[in-house]
Amino acid sequence: MKVLVPVKRVVDYNVKIRVKADQTGVETANVKMSMNPFDEIAVEQAVRMKEAGQAEEVIAVSIGPQQSQETIRTALAMGADRGILVQHDGEVEPLAVAKILKAVAEAEGPGVVLCGKQAIDDDANQTAQMLSALLGWPQATFVSKLEIGDGEATATREVDGGLETIKVKLPAVCSVDLRLNEPRYASLPNIMKAKKKPIDTKTPADLGVDPTPRLQTVKVVEPPPRQAGVKVADVAELVAKLRNEAKVIG
Amino acid sequence: MGILVIAEHDGAEVKPHTLNTVAAAQAAGGDITVAVIGSGCKAAADAAAKIAGVSKVLVADSAEYDNQMAEAVAPAIVKMADGYDAVMAPANTFGKNVMPRVAALMDVQQISEVSAVLGDKTYERPIYAGNAIATVKSVEQVDVLTVRMTSFDAVAAEGGSAAIEEVGGTGGQDLSSYVGQSVTESDRPELTSAKIVISGGRGMQSGDNFAMLERVADKLGAAVGASRAAVDAGFVPNDYQVGQTGKVVAPDLYIAVGISGAIQHLAGMKDSKVIVAINKDDEAPIFQVADYGLVADLFEAVPALEAELG
Repeated sequence: MKVLVPVKRVVDYNVKIRVKADQTGVETANVKMSMNPFDEIAVEQAVRMKEAGQAEEVIAVSIGPQQSQETIRTALAMGADRGILVQHDGEVEPLAVAKILKAVAEAEGPGVVLCGKQAIDDDANQTAQMLSALLGWPQATFVSKLEIGDGEATATREVDGGLETIKVKLPAVCSVDLRLNEPRYASLPNIMKAKKKPIDTKTPADLGVDPTPRLQTVKVVEPPPRQAGVKVADVAELVAKLRNEAKVIG
Repeated sequence: MGILVIAEHDGAEVKPHTLNTVAAAQAAGGDITVAVIGSGCKAAADAAAKIAGVSKVLVADSAEYDNQMAEAVAPAIVKMADGYDAVMAPANTFGKNVMPRVAALMDVQQISEVSAVLGDKTYERPIYAGNAIATVKSVEQVDVLTVRMTSFDAVAAEGGSAAIEEVGGTGGQDLSSYVGQSVTESDRPELTSAKIVISGGRGMQSGDNFAMLERVADKLGAAVGASRAAVDAGFVPNDYQVGQTGKVVAPDLYIAVGISGAIQHLAGMKDSKVIVAINKDDEAPIFQVADYGLVADLFEAVPALEAELG
């Protein structure tokens, strides 16, 4: 079967975020961009499925500006076979992303779509569930263990109380959590090979989707800073301050 | 007109995060209806009817909602949502799992982790791990929201007397099935609702060393949490994780032990009222958000803390 992996180009997780002075958003010009870390885990899982003989082809798809090709190349260097860039400048909200991915999934017919559980820019945590709903497929969210069986998959999900195990019929949409695997670093030969792998370019219009945002961003501001605290000399002083000054312990 | 709040429940009881979500609904204004969807959930519906400020409870008690699989529950919510101004659920793994499915079925762009309700279909939410706060305005017919629980003080679980109305099922599904769960057993308070939380990081060095934190926690009536580094290292289970991708907590007192203070972790705890950091590295970023910082070896400081608390 085919595995489809959506990958998002986001501000690198190590970059200190700066809000634009005009409050229209976060500064992304001249900032290091990388693949969303959760999507790396999804790519890794797809490549492992291929290595285990459970998948024939891994397709990485990204929605974004021309530079999102770099994100697809990263997935190809990790072991994905080919890429699809749905090119669009400007913000694409999760619902529109899900509609675009639905069109791609219908054209490609994957057995599994593996998504990161959330992107570290908008922190929405919506795309996998929305895609699953639009396709009428089952969903397995926040997955930390995934076993592919005959026509079904068994997924262990990270939930608030601990872990939950479910079975889903294939095809299915999964969103992956941190502890599913440790993504590999692409080797230099694989990076070179990735440059020759094909990337198809489409537009949202080609797929019949209008990506115009539905929500209006009124403003984006920095959170109120915490006031600097004090250093205490020892445990006795700490406990005294918690009792008498902060009054948070009895 | 009004707000539909989706209850998180286990059939017998309504989970506490429902009460924070009702508080967010009150901030939006209008009549509040609580939806209880499950199999064998009459008791939970009775409990929901007692929540302060709730005017109606819709209960869908039907076999297809057993284990509350998203594929079954989402259509039930869609059916109930008709005519409401907004549908809200807590932004925990329950709400995060089902609500985007609801939003997609309704062709609505969901707003996740709402931290303030400003009125006029306008909401605040943290983005970039809480490093920026976005104000967004919805133009949808029905807003679909998940609510950051720590941003809204829970309403009283008692005092209301809402009417209970039964609604029919929406049909079975064979896409997904429930196998089982492994729940972390603990006598300590639940992490996201505890008044005091003590968390350990990579500096704890092993899972066994968390016993030190547990002893302090038991003296304070606190919950025990962990940084992502400690969870990834296998010291403690995933459900201990506090941070952007784990649980968001805002207790009266948060004690960070051996935690450097990665942005990822700060996003999950920086709204705590009082923050204490114990770390031997006086340059650790955690000290920039701590009200009280103690530069010390945690293997000396934590036992001393336990002794000092008597």
